[in-house]
Amino acid sequence: MYHNKTLAELSAMLQAGEVTSVELTQHFLDRIKSKDGDINSFITVTEEQALAQAKAADERIAAGNGVALTGLPFAQKDIFCTQGVRSSCGSKMLDNFNSPYDATVVSKLKQAGAVMLGKTNMDEFAMGSSNETSFYGAVKNPWDLKKVPGGSSGGSAAAVAARLAPAATGTDTGGSIRQPASLCNLTGLKPTYGRVSRYGMIAFASSLDQAGPMARTAEDCALLMNAMAGFDEKDSTSIDKEVPDYSAGLNQSVKGLKIGLPKEFFGEGLDPKVAECVDVAIRQYQDMGAEIIDISLPNSGLSVPVYYVVAPAECSSNLSRMDGVRFGHRCDEPKDLEDLYKRSRGEGFGEEVKRRILIGTYALSAGYYDAYYIKAQKLRRLISDDFKQAFEQVDVIMGPTSPNVAFNMGEKSDDPVSMYLSDIYTIAVNLAGLPGMSIPAGFADEMPVGLQLIGNYFEESRLLNVAHAYQQQTDWHQRCPSGFED
Amino acid sequence: MSLDAEQVKKIAHLARIEINEADIPGYAATLSNILDLVDQMAAVNTDDVEPMAHPMDASQRLRADVVTETNQREQFQSVAPKTEDGLYLVPQVIE
Repeated sequence: MYHNKTLAELSAMLQAGEVTSVELTQHFLDRIKSKDGDINSFITVTEEQALAQAKAADERIAAGNGVALTGLPFAQKDIFCTQGVRSSCGSKMLDNFNSPYDATVVSKLKQAGAVMLGKTNMDEFAMGSSNETSFYGAVKNPWDLKKVPGGSSGGSAAAVAARLAPAATGTDTGGSIRQPASLCNLTGLKPTYGRVSRYGMIAFASSLDQAGPMARTAEDCALLMNAMAGFDEKDSTSIDKEVPDYSAGLNQSVKGLKIGLPKEFFGEGLDPKVAECVDVAIRQYQDMGAEIIDISLPNSGLSVPVYYVVAPAECSSNLSRMDGVRFGHRCDEPKDLEDLYKRSRGEGFGEEVKRRILIGTYALSAGYYDAYYIKAQKLRRLISDDFKQAFEQVDVIMGPTSPNVAFNMGEKSDDPVSMYLSDIYTIAVNLAGLPGMSIPAGFADEMPVGLQLIGNYFEESRLLNVAHAYQQQTDWHQRCPSGFED
Repeated sequence: MSLDAEQVKKIAHLARIEINEADIPGYAATLSNILDLVDQMAAVNTDDVEPMAHPMDASQRLRADVVTETNQREQFQSVAPKTEDGLYLVPQVIE
């Protein structure tokens, strides 16, 4: 059936006239209707618009003007502003917010002719690692409905894993693409900071946020990256650098590739069963001709504490725009302006978001700024320098994406610090601004395990190539959770 | 580092977030745990390290000071809680 095909396969079928975009779109919309009740991966389904876009795509393909993504359905993380469509960011604060404009990622995918099926569930304002902080309810992992799908792009991950969409967009501030990809058996790419425009992507921590694709294969991530990446005048931190054809480099050999294994990623806290899957995957790369080099990232152990200063500080500033004045939730009958601010924000934000705003406010307040924010920025440089040194010796760095497989719903939701530690291997990559991926690398206790690949700046092509080479030799990425095959 | 109820209230005021009195002890406890985690940063000497604000040490791009946007006030105000004559309405600030 269509839902078991990759984007690349569906693209070929569309171009060959074996299926129309309207048929494909209807197929996925029907699947969402019949199956999303089990996993809650969508906040909004945009059926009418999707069918109109599909019809336009079919006309474009018939006229011979289609490109690779034309007519292909996908799911959009609800962090991206979409004109005229609720853009909630998983928050009560923006439940009534129909964005007046499109994010750059949204308009680029529209231009390519991709068909948006709807907006996916996520941790509120992307703050979470389990998708339990969403105003719209938790998302369930299609591999085991008692377990979390990861977060914050948990709706995108669950939707693609359950074959409700062939691919989705995600965003990654501390692991929010890679960790849910790992927990749901997907391929996800967080590009270099500045590679994909942040314009219209509701900001969490501006020096860390980056958008990227989530799909079943590296080949499909490359197709999406071709449309998503590129300089944007509207994003002041967008980087003006030529975008390569990400599909063109996929088939290069990995013979002679130098893979660095940081000893800090294989120590205490890593589930031995996850470690075993990662070891097997790395041995497979060795068999394919790669060279393994032991390296060290001595300061990476501090990345979680550093992140929980930098990210909350930036979020406390970014989320000050949610004040009940120009858009979003406003409390009833405010008695004065301060009451309006305080109650609108108190009612509109969930607990974890409030917690992070409070931590950030504290870290930036008079008398604490140097001890927290400046100290964190200094350590950020040391963490980043560790990677620079490592990339003088190696081409890519590999390790686990997450220390454990998906955990039970409710298991960590009352203990923020234990939740934060589930991103222990992904956060350093955001602090350094490097590109990172997670790819399916086996199963532990019948739950998916992800292998993390980290590249040097702007080496997304190499990461996709390295991931694709592995996917030519393994079939982990083709496994489908039971109950979602048909 | 631990925060008491009074400190939490002060921070909540600075952040302009109303928190129910009953929830304050819970916030004090979780925020204190987070600060304990953050305090691990003190273990490393950073005296001669330059703070890093941007992953590639890039500075913000400047552009010419010219009008590039069209006026979309009505569209932008269509999502506002309360407007009048093109203005955003809030409770009276000055007597």
